[in-house]
Amino acid sequence: MTTMSAAEPTRRDFLFVATGAAGAIGAAATLVPLIAQMNPDASTVAAGAPIEVDLAPIAEGQIVKVFWRGKPIYISHRSKKEIEEAQNVPLASLPDPQADKDRVKPGHDQWLVVIGICTHLGCIPLAHQGNYDGWFCPCHGSQYDTSGRIRQGPAPANLPLPPYAFLSDSKIQIG
Amino acid sequence: MSGSPTDKTPHASGLKTWPHNLERTDGGGLYEPPAYKPRNAVLRWLEDRLPIIGLSYSAGVSYPTPRNLNYWWTFGAILTFLLVAQIVTGVVLVMHYMPEATMAFDSVEHIMRDVNYGWLLRYLHSNGAAMFFLAGYIHMFRGMYYGSYKSPREVLWILGVVIYFLMMATGFMGYVLPWGQMSYWAATVITNLFSAIPVVGDSIVTWLWGGYSVGSPTLTRFFALHYLLPFAIFAVVVLHVWALHVVGQNNPTGVDPQTEKETVPFTPHATIKDTFFIALFVILYAWFVFYIPNFLGHADNYIPANPAVTPSHIVPEWYYLPFYAILRSIPNKLMGVIALFASIGILVLLPWLDTSQVKSARYRPLYKQFFWLFVLTCVLLGWLGSKPPEGGYVIMSRLLTAWYFIHFIVVLPLLGLVERPRPVPDSISAAVKVGRKAAVVAALGLGLGAAALVGTSRPAAAQEHADLQPPRNTWSFAGPFGKFDRGQLQRGFKVYHDVCQTCHGLALLSFRNLGEEGGPEFSAAEVAAIAAEYKIKDGPNDQGDMFDRPGRPADRFPPAFPNEQAARFVNGGALPPDMSVIAKARQYERGFPWFVIDMFIPYQELGVDYMVAVLKGYAPKPADMTMPAGMQYNMYFPGHAIGMPPPLSDGVVTYTDGAPQTVDQYAKDVAAFLMWAAEPTLEARKRIGFQVMVFLVVLTGLLYLTKKKIWHNVGKPSEAARGQDPKATTI
Repeated sequence: MTTMSAAEPTRRDFLFVATGAAGAIGAAATLVPLIAQMNPDASTVAAGAPIEVDLAPIAEGQIVKVFWRGKPIYISHRSKKEIEEAQNVPLASLPDPQADKDRVKPGHDQWLVVIGICTHLGCIPLAHQGNYDGWFCPCHGSQYDTSGRIRQGPAPANLPLPPYAFLSDSKIQIG
Repeated sequence: MSGSPTDKTPHASGLKTWPHNLERTDGGGLYEPPAYKPRNAVLRWLEDRLPIIGLSYSAGVSYPTPRNLNYWWTFGAILTFLLVAQIVTGVVLVMHYMPEATMAFDSVEHIMRDVNYGWLLRYLHSNGAAMFFLAGYIHMFRGMYYGSYKSPREVLWILGVVIYFLMMATGFMGYVLPWGQMSYWAATVITNLFSAIPVVGDSIVTWLWGGYSVGSPTLTRFFALHYLLPFAIFAVVVLHVWALHVVGQNNPTGVDPQTEKETVPFTPHATIKDTFFIALFVILYAWFVFYIPNFLGHADNYIPANPAVTPSHIVPEWYYLPFYAILRSIPNKLMGVIALFASIGILVLLPWLDTSQVKSARYRPLYKQFFWLFVLTCVLLGWLGSKPPEGGYVIMSRLLTAWYFIHFIVVLPLLGLVERPRPVPDSISAAVKVGRKAAVVAALGLGLGAAALVGTSRPAAAQEHADLQPPRNTWSFAGPFGKFDRGQLQRGFKVYHDVCQTCHGLALLSFRNLGEEGGPEFSAAEVAAIAAEYKIKDGPNDQGDMFDRPGRPADRFPPAFPNEQAARFVNGGALPPDMSVIAKARQYERGFPWFVIDMFIPYQELGVDYMVAVLKGYAPKPADMTMPAGMQYNMYFPGHAIGMPPPLSDGVVTYTDGAPQTVDQYAKDVAAFLMWAAEPTLEARKRIGFQVMVFLVVLTGLLYLTKKKIWHNVGKPSEAARGQDPKATTI
């Protein structure tokens, strides 16, 4: 290790670094399929396509539950009283202030469509229960009003709205 | 070694065991491999309580390994790599697989089609099993050639036999899981081995099955054991490596190293050499996975398990063929089973059956010849295992089975007494350089042998008319860079849609597949329109009734008939098979040497060529053939009597793209479409395969250069003698 080793280090170091880097890239690339396989597969993604719901059979005051992407979606046909309750709450008193008009589609005040998953820890709140005529979560006591907004309890946010649109006055597409 | 004045087996004369029995290069007593010294307080604290880093260091870094190990010694590392790869891909596959009889086959296809990279993981796992056995056999033959089973390595060898046995059990149970025809009948045949046991045999078989025949309970328990056994193998591998580290590695001379300078530290020397050879081996592995993923499998296993029909020729996977031949060569059921298990069990006794004191075949001129004769015997038995048990094959199987046992029971004990070994060198340093020629010949022999085994293991589905081979067509999707012709796939779908679907379902496909990348790539609107043509059963609705609705892209193609009985009733007793994987479920016998050449070309379009041939193969029946009522003569259909009337005629399907509207064009188009239907990820496979291959070649090249650099001084004993210690190489 005399003259030879003096000339060698750079070339050798480069080789070792290049080999190590190539190995690391290979190892990282190998992880891609191993991780990606746990994401939703193509059939699950396809099954998550938008669904259409006919609103005609839902009577005023009735709340129905449909499933989209494995999530319960509450469709509430609100009565006048419920709409008024929702609209007349002072926003400042809400833990997660949001106006009722921002939670329904314009001109369709009677229809509230929310994802029925409590924003606390994922339980399904019971409809038409609690102190606010909305939803009551049996797990930890969160209460939502007729607009699906959180009013009381440990949940931090309002019931989220799914993407949806009115295809006609009596038909919506969720997703 | 015997009679050598420097004979030093570790246990003789109270010497310390490997590696503490090595002499120092400077002659200053015994060599002590450097021990791990924790660099900081935390590591020292840990080391005092759990010396795991120190253990890893002395086992995997400073551990002295003979400097003259040749490439055959890298297969231990290759096997370790494969075991880990199998466990990782296996655990991942389990996340998507359903071990239940009605769902298993479909869940495997679900993995192949829908799961992200599912096709890759499954092909890695199924071909990985074959690679595991290939590497295992090389590893075992290496041990036999160099006498690695002899004292003091008997326990090491026996642990290896235990691993091999567990591998066979694991491989078999894994093969059952896809629940195809071969899976089902392999499970039936192998479990029936136990029925040979007198008195309690039948009860044992019923117990193994969990029923009165192979069924869902059998599948589920095989799945449980298939998940368990690899971890058992892993545990025995740990023992195997432990035993190896106690006695030290054998080496090509069979003479244990005596001084420090006859060894090199495991890391970096063995580590980099092993890594380089793992990379080389992975290139072979990747070739199978990406370009010929179904070459080692049986087409019949793409037919769902059917307890009512046994395939015409059932054959195990290539790695079991020699034992299958031994089983079948014995006319008595019980004796056949005993011979089968004895052929594996006898390996345990090998250390005592071989009476020679000399380890390496290098110095055993007679043994060397008998060794290769034994290898040839195993290869030929493998070939015979793939042949039908009749005529000359049976006689040959019996002779070779006899020789298999004679080799162990007669030849090996006698050789030790009769043979006059060539002089064994006193030490590794003194060993004469032996040319690479023998190794190359051996490699070629093993390679060809394995290739022969592999190729002949294919079932001779169409043996009786092997004279008439389907003509080969040119396919755009053939070869490593193949891609489907979109126009052809769209035309092929039209042929299927207008003609085939009256009788043949496409149950594993969804309409959305038609629009996915790598397929016919219909537009979203076209897919929706196609889907809407079909009536899909849905429900129940609010009244509790089932109803029909137009199909949606996420729906699967509806079946052509509500059930099998309805299909048979309409079709004169014949059942039109589902077309989803038909392109992979059909094959024809290629024969030697074509099956070997097919691996390299690579020719994987046997199924599509067969389908084209059958679609065009209708002809007037020969005068001397009686045709059952309602059957048609077909030149290429096995048995020549096909229930399907000629489905295609010129002009029956209207093409809008100007392609000729002929039977020839229809047949090719629909075959191409069905190839895509069977393997929708084909393009992705070949594209990713090319990327992987390029990467592997670069990585292997870099590893080779690194290995050369690290071993730079080791290969030159003269320099080492001048005082340039090989271990002075640093990284």
